[in-house]
Amino acid sequence: MADTATASDARPPKSVVYCGVCSLPPEYCEFGGTTKKCAEWLEKAHPALYTALYSSEALSQNLSSLSVDAQKRAEKDAQKKAAKAEAAEARESEKRATSKVIIKRVERNKRKHITEISGLEHFNVDLKKAAKEFGKKFATGSSVTKTASGGEEITVQGDVSDEVLDWVVEKYNVPEDNVEQIEDKKKEKKAAPPMVAPQPT
Amino acid sequence: MFKKEFTAGQKSKVKSSAQRAVRAKVIETYPGLEPYIDDVLPKKEQLDLVKVPDRVSLYCNGSTPLFWQHMDDAIIPHLTVVHKYPWAFKRIRIDRGAIRFVMSGATLMVPGLTSPGGRLPGDEDAGVYDNGGQDIDAGEVVVVEAEGKEHACLIGVLKMGTKEMKEKKKGVGIENGHYVGDGLWKLDLS
Ligand SMILES: [Zn+2]
Repeated sequence: MADTATASDARPPKSVVYCGVCSLPPEYCEFGGTTKKCAEWLEKAHPALYTALYSSEALSQNLSSLSVDAQKRAEKDAQKKAAKAEAAEARESEKRATSKVIIKRVERNKRKHITEISGLEHFNVDLKKAAKEFGKKFATGSSVTKTASGGEEITVQGDVSDEVLDWVVEKYNVPEDNVEQIEDKKKEKKAAPPMVAPQPT
Repeated sequence: MFKKEFTAGQKSKVKSSAQRAVRAKVIETYPGLEPYIDDVLPKKEQLDLVKVPDRVSLYCNGSTPLFWQHMDDAIIPHLTVVHKYPWAFKRIRIDRGAIRFVMSGATLMVPGLTSPGGRLPGDEDAGVYDNGGQDIDAGEVVVVEAEGKEHACLIGVLKMGTKEMKEKKKGVGIENGHYVGDGLWKLDLS
């Protein structure tokens, strides 16, 4: 008997709900800065759990075990965090509204193009991951490259600017109005400014 | 340990011999996990090793983080593993007031454990935190749950044994642990 006991006696693992907004177990949402949003999410996604956590009895019970002083501090903390989160959100949406993603078709030589995508970082896109995705999606070379101004952009081999536009709008939720497609034709040689070597003094 | 957010470094496959060693180490450190070891660390699945800052190795299965280890210190489960099998670990409890400190990355101080809302092995009303009445020594890994909460909020190495805590009622309990909402928790492995 004893040798068969362990496996069947094992308790099944607990299944745990994690908050769809802040990723914590919902009982800890109150310590994040997005409590209001978390509560809204929970009410929709897990109504029973919502009632258990946010009913007025549950809330007062939670607080009663704190001293009055600690309650005040906790309230102040929560307010501060909420204000911070709100400000961050406002900044974020401002940034989204005013930033642009630029998709540039660059001619390397006759019939060979590369596509440079800049500005995705303003839309919370991880450039490295995005570059990988572009490479996979368009079956081509794709990498993060440094720009002359010190920033980073994604360079994709081939002319995929239309496809990139669709993908950026669909996958990264960048509003179409915030994406600009431009073309960079290879300049004629004579257009290049003359290089002047520094003169020895 | 993971107060700051970070991104994952290089990912590499763990060789099957090393994978066996990890498994053995986990069972040795957490005997309570043994009945579940095939679910936690499936034999047939590839274990990956991800380098994260401050010389921490993170073992994961695909995009699921499982265990982490700072240099050659104890191997410690990710809190999502703890949440599934809380009874498999040595547990203590902090009072409600200490939660916000833990979740802001502060060192866990002993008064959060010895106050009326806290629980340590041997306490009169220790319940699931009794550990069979056995005190837990400094250097052991403990899971920290919280008053009024169902799930653990912190896991880390005890700086002070629980016996000493009950005597002194002050000092550092745990520092450099892993808590819900920290950089490791938020790490995106996808
Ligand atoms: Zn939440």
